[in-house]
Amino acid sequence: MAKITKKSIADILKKHERDILDEWIREQMAAVSKREDLISDAELRRQSTDFLKLLVKIVQEKPESIEARAWDPIRNQLGSLSLSRMAQGFSPGETALFVLSLKQPVFNRLRSEIKGTSLELVESIWEFSLLIDRLALYTTEAYMKGREEVIRRQQQEMVELSTPVVKIWDGVLAIPLIGTLDSARTQIVMETLLQEIVNTGSSIAIIDITGVPTVDTLVAQHLLKTVAAARLMGAECIVSGIRPQIAQTMVHLGVAFGDVVTKATLADAISLAFKKTGFAVTRTQA
Amino acid sequence: MEHIPIIRIGDFLLVSIQVDMYDRLAMTLQDDLTRSIVKYQSKGVLIDITSVDVVDSFIGRMLGNIAAMSRVLDAHTVITGMRPSVAITMVELGLSLTGVMTALNVDLGIKLLHRQTGSWTGADGHDRDQV
Repeated sequence: MAKITKKSIADILKKHERDILDEWIREQMAAVSKREDLISDAELRRQSTDFLKLLVKIVQEKPESIEARAWDPIRNQLGSLSLSRMAQGFSPGETALFVLSLKQPVFNRLRSEIKGTSLELVESIWEFSLLIDRLALYTTEAYMKGREEVIRRQQQEMVELSTPVVKIWDGVLAIPLIGTLDSARTQIVMETLLQEIVNTGSSIAIIDITGVPTVDTLVAQHLLKTVAAARLMGAECIVSGIRPQIAQTMVHLGVAFGDVVTKATLADAISLAFKKTGFAVTRTQA
Repeated sequence: MEHIPIIRIGDFLLVSIQVDMYDRLAMTLQDDLTRSIVKYQSKGVLIDITSVDVVDSFIGRMLGNIAAMSRVLDAHTVITGMRPSVAITMVELGLSLTGVMTALNVDLGIKLLHRQTGSWTGADGHDRDQV
C-alpha cells in the first residue's frame, strides 16, 4: 500500500513538474515574507527550479530516508542555499519557508490526481509532508551550523587579536588585556606571557586590565594563576589599570589579589618596574 | 646508587637536576643537600630545573620540602630556569611554592642570593631591594 502511494507521488511530481514549479514560485513571490530587498526574482526562480528538478529525480529513483546517499545532491543544494541566504540576511524561518512553501502546490496536485479513497489521499499527503518537513529541518540545521561556524571563527580571531605581549624596556614586559577573561583565554595569555618571559629574559611583567570590563572572583583567580606561574619562573608581576568602579566591585565581592602588587594606571606600574630594575627616567628640558 | 651532584660555589650550593626524578633519588638529594649545607655552612642553595620538562605533585612537593629544610638550616633557596609548561602545570596542581624564591636563570639566581645574604650588590649596580 505504502509503496503504491510513494510511487504515485513520484509520478504526480513528474507529471506536473512544470505546473508545480510555476505555482510554487508564484507562491513564494506573493508571500508576505518575501524579501525583495535581499534576493532577486531571477535567483529565486533559479534556486526553485534546481531544487524541484533534483527532488523529482530523486523521488523517482529512491524514496528513502533523507540521510541516504541518494539525497546527497539535494542536501548539498539546501546546504549551500542556507549558507547563501544566511549571508544575505534571511532569518532561519524565512530560509526554511523556501522548502515548506512547496507543500501547497504539491498538495493541490495530489488532491486533483488521487481519485481513490480519501484514506489514500491523506496517506500520500502525510508522506510528502513528512519529507518536506525533514528537508526544512535540514535547511534550518545547515543555517545554524553556518552561524555557529561564524561565531567560532570570530571567537578565534578575537583571541588572536587580543593577547599581544609588548616589551616596554629591557627586562620589562607588558600584556594589555582587553575583553572578558575566561579559562580558555587565560590559558593563552598565560602561555604567551610565560614564553615571552623566557624569550626576553624579563624579570618583570605588567598585566594591564584596563580593557577588562569586570573582575569577578573567577577572573581574579585566573589572574592569580598567571601571576603565580610567572613567579615560579622567576618573574614578578604587577597588575595595573584597575578602574575605580572595578576596585569597588572587587571589594564588594570580596575578591583579593593577595600579595600581588596592584597599581591604578599603567604609568604607575612602569615607574615601579623601572625602580625595581634600577632605571630612572629624567627630564632633560624643563 | 645514583646521586645528583651538588656543586659548591663559594657560600652557595648549586644543584642542577638533569635526570628524571623518582622517589628514591629525591630522598637521596634531600639527604645529601642537608648534609652539604651543614658541612660547608652554605648560605644559599640554587636548584636549576632548566632541563626538567615534566613535573608531578611529588617533584613539586619535594622542591618545597628542600626549600623548607634549607630554611631551617639558615640557607636561602632559589629555584631557577623553570619552563613555562612546568610553571603552568605547577599552578594547576596548586603548588605555587610560596616562600621559595625563583629566578629566570642561574646567573640571576646567584645575584638574588647575594642580595638576600647581603654579601654583594649586583655587578651592574641594580639592586631591587635597595632602591
